[in-house]
Order: sequence, then C-alpha cells, then structure tokens
Amino acid sequence: MTPNTAVPGLLDQEVVAQWREDFPILRQTIYGKPLAYLDNAATTQKPRSVIETVARFYTEINSNVHRGVYYLSERATELYEEARRTVQRFLNAPSAAEIVFVRGTTEAINLVAHCLGRTRLREGSEILLSQMEHHSNIVPWQLVAEQTGAHLRVIPMNEHGELDLEQYEHLLTERTAIVAVVHVSNSLGTINPVAELVRQAHARGIPVLVDGAQAVAHLRVDVQELDCDFYAFSGHKVYGPTGIGVLYAKRRWLEEFPPYQGGGDMIRQVTFERTLYNEVPYKFEAGTPNIAGAIGLKAALDYVSALGIDTIATHEHALLRYATERLQAIPGLRIIGTARQKAAIISFVLSDIHPHDIGTFLDREGIAIRVGHHCTQPVMDFFGVPATSRASFALYNTPEEVDRLAAALQKVVEFFRV
Amino acid sequence: MEELRELYQQIILEHYRNPRNFGELSEATHRAEGNNPLCGDRLTVELRVLGDRIEDIRFRGSGCAISQASASVMTTLVKGVTVEEAEALFERFHRIVLGETEPEALDLLAAFAGVREFPSRVKCATLAWHTLRAALHNVAEVVTTE
Ligand SMILES: Cc1ncc(COP(=O)(O)O)c(C=O)c1O
Repeated sequence: MTPNTAVPGLLDQEVVAQWREDFPILRQTIYGKPLAYLDNAATTQKPRSVIETVARFYTEINSNVHRGVYYLSERATELYEEARRTVQRFLNAPSAAEIVFVRGTTEAINLVAHCLGRTRLREGSEILLSQMEHHSNIVPWQLVAEQTGAHLRVIPMNEHGELDLEQYEHLLTERTAIVAVVHVSNSLGTINPVAELVRQAHARGIPVLVDGAQAVAHLRVDVQELDCDFYAFSGHKVYGPTGIGVLYAKRRWLEEFPPYQGGGDMIRQVTFERTLYNEVPYKFEAGTPNIAGAIGLKAALDYVSALGIDTIATHEHALLRYATERLQAIPGLRIIGTARQKAAIISFVLSDIHPHDIGTFLDREGIAIRVGHHCTQPVMDFFGVPATSRASFALYNTPEEVDRLAAALQKVVEFFRV
Repeated sequence: MEELRELYQQIILEHYRNPRNFGELSEATHRAEGNNPLCGDRLTVELRVLGDRIEDIRFRGSGCAISQASASVMTTLVKGVTVEEAEALFERFHRIVLGETEPEALDLLAAFAGVREFPSRVKCATLAWHTLRAALHNVAEVVTTE
C-alpha cells in the first residue's frame, strides 16, 4: 500500500476511504456536517459484514444452541462454536476450551474476581491493581475484598502515565494473590508492558489478569506470548456487537474455579441433592448465551484479520502522531498521558475550558468525542483535573478528521476566551 | 453556530468569566453541596436566611460554563428575596430550560432558554438551583442532577 505523503506512515487515503465504505453509519451528517466519529474507545462502529451476519442469523438460523437435535439448532451450535475457535485464533490461545463467552470486559473481570474470591483470597491477601485502571477493574475487586478481608494495593504511575516498574517489584509479595492491570489505558492511551509485568509476577507464582478492552482493536494480542492467566475484552470495542465479550483463562484456572453462575447449559446432571457441572468452558456459560453476539463478534474479528491488525495499528499510530502534533500546537492545550508507548487515544485539557463545553461545541461541528472522567476517577485525581476531553481513533479515521478536530478546538478557544 | 450562541449567550459567558457572589459566606445558616460526577461539575451554595428572607448567598465550585453561570445568575436573583419567592424562581427556571414556558425579554433567566435545545446540558443548568433548594430544605446529602 502506498503511504500518504502528507502524513508519514498513514495509509493511502483511498484505502481508508474504502474501509470507510464498509461502515454505513459513517455516511451520515450531524447538524449538517459529516460525522467525524472520534469516540472509538467508548465503542467502535460496525462494518456491514457484522451487521449482516447478525441479521442473517436472526433471519435464517435462529434457534438455541447445545440442545436441539434438529437442523437449525445444530447449525446455530456450529456457528457459535466456530466463533469460539475464531476468538481462540485471534488471541492465539492454546485451546478453544479456554475461551469463555461473557457480556463484556466487565463481566469477565467480575467472573475472575468472584471465583478467585471463593478459592484463593483470604484475610490479608493483596490484590495488586494499577493507578490507571478502569472502574470495572477496581470495583469487582473491592467487592470481593470486602467479602474476604483482602486488600487492594496500587502500582503508581509517573506524570507521563507510565507505570512505576520499580515500585511494582516491591509491591509483589507473598501476600499478593493476583495482579490485575489494563493493557491499554482508556483515558491515557498508555500501552503497559504486560509481558514484563507477567514475568515478574510469575517469578513469584502470582497470576495476572489483563484488561484488554482497549487493546484488541489496536494491537496484536498473543496470550501465549504475554503468558497472562486471564485476558478480558469486549466485542463492541473491536467492531463487534454489544453484549458479547470474552474471558480467556488458562485451563487450570477454569478447572480450579467453581461456577460463576448456575443454570442451564453449565450442568451435566442435576438432582435436588447434587449437580455435576459441565466441562470447561461451558461450566461458565450458564443460560442461553448471546448467540447472535458471538457470531457477530466472529464476523468482526474476521474483518479485522482480513485488513490486518498490524496494518490497522500502523495507520492508527500515524494518526495518533499527527493528532498529537496538531493538538499540541493549540495554545493552552495540555495532553494528559504522554507515555512513550501509546495507542490511538489522546486525552487533553484546554486552558480553563470545561470538557463538557468543548464536547457540546464539537458536537455541533459533527465531531463526536468523549468528555468526562472516562470511568477512571483515580487517573483524573492523579492529574488534578475533574475531567478530560478524549479523542480516540479507529481504522476508519482520517487526517482530515484530525484537521477538523484541531480547527474546531481553535474555534472553541476563541469562543470561550476568558 | 447559531444554536451555540443561543446556548452560550453573552450573559452566560460573562457570568462564567466573572462569577458573582463567588466564595465563602460567613455566618451561613444554610448550606448544601451539588456534584455531577460524570461531568465533573461541583458546587457549594451557602445562604444566610433571616426570618423568611435570603439575606445573603455565596457559591463556589468548578465546572462547565453552563453550571457556573447558572449558579452565578441564581445568586444575583435570589439575594434579598423571600424563601417563597426563591422557590417560585426555581419553578420558573425549570419551566424555561425545559421549554415549558417562554421567558419575558428582560428576564435574566431568559439567557438559559437555549439550553432546551441541548438535552444533555439541562442537568448542568439545573444543578445550582437544586443545590439551592437542598440548602433551603436542610438536605444533608450531596445533590446531583445526573
Ligand atoms: C480499559 C477498559 N476496561 C474495561 C471497560 C469496560 O468494558 P465494558 O463496558 O464493555 O464491559 C472499558 C470500557 O469502557 C475500558 O475502556
């Protein structure tokens, strides 16, 4: 592919223009302006192949899985299990039995926290998180800490939004029961050195959970290379449907853990005295799952794989560099999160102008960004700001959209000039 | 741009830049806090009520232009009025931002009529007024309009 000459590393505009064609929603105008969707860290848009796959499932195949003996049910079961194998290959997991379908990252983390609470956590145990965790990787641990008498410990970060690895080493003790860290921070964009964190934890026999919600759409994830025990992500942040997500867990944990929820599908035999649980991963999939969601997620991962995650990453990285340059040139703009390793996310504050005012202003320009604390209040506290504005990129974003963002921010400055 | 100018009227921008009655109130008799954590809008409203009259009012806080200007305008309107009159202003303000009534031309509250076109911003405009009411009613919990 030929590079974009104006912005080094960016793909040929025609390639991106073709990608954009795959996303029907991007064609619309908002208040008369073309939509510039820059809130991809919240959720990504869906390509036609995902939308059509889900529609086709309901139009032609809909039936329940794992129970019917008739054609449609067998077909639905096949597609559902095929989706599991697609996720397995996407993460390079050793076995499809290590892929549990859940509602999303949040449920995946709750599952692990709950099960670990029942098996490993006790009075005085320590749960080691980082200072840049999303609330969904804080609150589930607080809930089990309350039940078990365990405590939360926090890996600090520096003013760039990079974890303090020296402190990390000191925080790993014989009391540490689990390390739970975000792969890519949703409010700072920092890519954490997960493989290194895992290596150090494993040297002390401590398991590691990685929150991959912001990672899978932006960089190649290989759970065997990372060697993490758990990896969680949400389908909707990687061009798939909402309501479907994945927990990858090493088999030994799934074998050791008790079920998370009880119900149909997760059992082998039930009497009122005793229940035999199904094998993994079904032990963790109680009730009728989100079948269409799983199949839609497969379509999304196929889409990403067809384009090539490395191609996407290169494009987004160039976009991030370009946006960083353009935004830094705006007087009074301060980027929050300046780690050396970053992915697709720029958080910023602009003079004294409140992010909420910025968001409303940009909305009228057809530009969708996120403003607020991004479910990471400890990060906001650390940087001493109540909220930030955040632009986050996906494969379909263009340098023209970055230009529009920069121009609109310039207008914001003039409008609110104090 | 037109609608943005409607939302961010000169009066609002002016109050945002130079908030009136900003700071702490000595000998306050009533006090309440407002917080919209999703947006990061925070306010403290303090009152000195003598008899049934609001003798003095101050606010402090931080947040978006709409929330801060609304608080500032509110303090200028309720300073010196009776509690009953303040409640009536509260009602009128809400009818204006929700588009249930057309404000009169010279009404300071008219500046907030543009908010109705921005449903996600109504909560910013109303935070100060709900905090005022909580103060008058001695509500201890932090007020939110999210
Ligand atoms: C880093 C991170 N973790 C977890 C989540 C939660 O994901 P979900 O709401 O899809 O469960 C998000 C989503 O905002 C996120 O950005």
